[in-house]
Amino acid sequence: MWTWLQRIASPPHFYRLAGRLVPWLAVLTTLLVAAGLVGGLGFSPADYQQGDAFRIIFVHVPSAWMSMFIYVVMAIAGAIFLVWNQKVADVLAGASAPIGASFTFLALVTGAVWGKPMWGAWWVWDARLTSELVLLFLYLGIIALRSAIEDRRNAGRAAAVLSLVGVVNIPIIHYSVMWWNTLHQGPTVTKLDSPSIHLSMLIPLLVMALGFKLFYATTVLMRARCDLLSRERESPWAEEASRS
Amino acid sequence: MTAALPQEDPTHERSAETAAPSLADAFWVLLRRDLTLAFRHRGELANPLLFFVIVVSLFPLGITPESQTLRLLAPGLIWVAALLATMLSLDGVFRSDYDDGALEQIVLSPHPLSVLVLAKILAHWLVTGLPLLVLGPLLGVLLALPARAMGTLFLTLALGTPVLSLVGAIGVALTVGLRRGGALLSLLVLPLYVPLLIFAANAVGAAGAGLPVTGQLLFIGALLILSITLAPVATAAALRISLS
Repeated sequence: MWTWLQRIASPPHFYRLAGRLVPWLAVLTTLLVAAGLVGGLGFSPADYQQGDAFRIIFVHVPSAWMSMFIYVVMAIAGAIFLVWNQKVADVLAGASAPIGASFTFLALVTGAVWGKPMWGAWWVWDARLTSELVLLFLYLGIIALRSAIEDRRNAGRAAAVLSLVGVVNIPIIHYSVMWWNTLHQGPTVTKLDSPSIHLSMLIPLLVMALGFKLFYATTVLMRARCDLLSRERESPWAEEASRS
Repeated sequence: MTAALPQEDPTHERSAETAAPSLADAFWVLLRRDLTLAFRHRGELANPLLFFVIVVSLFPLGITPESQTLRLLAPGLIWVAALLATMLSLDGVFRSDYDDGALEQIVLSPHPLSVLVLAKILAHWLVTGLPLLVLGPLLGVLLALPARAMGTLFLTLALGTPVLSLVGAIGVALTVGLRRGGALLSLLVLPLYVPLLIFAANAVGAAGAGLPVTGQLLFIGALLILSITLAPVATAAALRISLS
C-alpha cells in the first residue's frame, strides 16, 4: 500500500494518471451537471413559499458545500506536504486554492441573488454569509501568501501552515458568527433521518453536488498537471511529456 | 538549511555539559532582552498606542457626537481599533531580529523554539497589549460607554489582547522573510481575529445593557488557552520555513 502510494505520488506517474483520468471525469461532470440542471430546473416542483426563485439552490448549496470541502482537502494536502514532503500534495493544494475561492465566491453571489427576492436585501450580516465571507478571505490570504514567496517549496510549506491554522479556526468562526446573528434557514439536507426537503428536490440537488465534486476533481487535476509540468520543466520526463 | 536541525538532535546533548542556560533561563533572558530593546525605542513603542487613541477619536467626528449613538458603537469601535493597533505593531515582533540575524541564532538554540517564541510574544504583549488595558476604558469614557460596562471592557481586553499577539505572531512569522509583508500580514491575520472581535464586542455591549456576560468571557478565555497552546507551535513552524 505504502509503496503503491509512493509510486502514485511520483510526478511523472501522477502526470500520466491524471492525464488519463481527466477526460473521463470531464464527461461524467458534464453528464451529472446536465442531469442535475434538467432535473432541478425542469422536473422538481416549485416551492410552495419561494416559488421558482428557490431553484438557485441547485447552484448555491453545492457551491457552498464545495467551498468547505475544498478547504479541507487543501489543508490535508498541505499537512501531507509538511510531513512527508510529497511534491504532488503541494501541487494539489496549490491547484485547489483558486478553485475553492471561486466556489466560495459563487456561493456568495448566488446567495445574494437568492437573498434579494427572499429577504429583500442583497446582503445581510447573517452568520452563514459572514462565515462564508471570512472563508473567502482565508482563501485569498493563502493564495496571496503562496504567490508572495518566490521559492516554490517554501511557498507551499507556508501556505500549508496557514491553511492548517485556518482549519482550526473555521469551526470557531462558524460557531461564533452563528451565535452572533442568524437569519439564514437552518440545515435542511444534513438531517438525514428526516430531511425537510422533498425527494423531488433532494435528488437533483445531490446529483448537482456530485457533479460539482467531479468538476473540482477535473479542474484540480488539469491545473495540477499544468503546474507539475512547469515545476519539473528541467527533468527529462517533463520534456518528453511536453514534446508528445 | 542549518536552521532546520531537529530539536531532538543528539549532538545537542553536549550543551548540558558546557553549562548552557536552562530553558527557563533562556525564556527569561529572551524576555528581558526584548523588553530592554523595546524600552530603548520608547518613541516607536508609543506609536501604536497613539494610533489606537486617534482612530477611536475619529469616529465621533465622522459619525456623530451624540452620546446615545456612541454608547452603542463604543464596544465595537474600541475593539476594532485595538485590532488595528495590534496589526500595526505586530511587524516588530520578528522583523529586527530577522534583519540582524538574531532570529537564526534563536532558531539554532537547543531549546524548543515554540517556548522561545512564546517569550517573544509575551514581550510583545507586555509593551503593546498591556497599555491597551489602561487606554481602553479611558476611551470608553470618551465614547460614553456606561460605567457598568467598564469592568467587562477591561476583562475582555485583558483576556483578548494576548490572543491578538499570539495569533498575529503566526502571520508575522509567515511573512517575515518578505520585503513587503505588511499588507499581506493584515490579509492573513484579520480573518482569524473574527471570533475574538465578535465575543469581545458582544460581551461589552451586553454588559452595558446589564446582561450577564459570563458565557462570552469564558469563550474568550477558551480562545486564549487554545491560542497559547497552539499558536507558538504554528509560529515556530512558520519561522523555520521563513528562515530556510
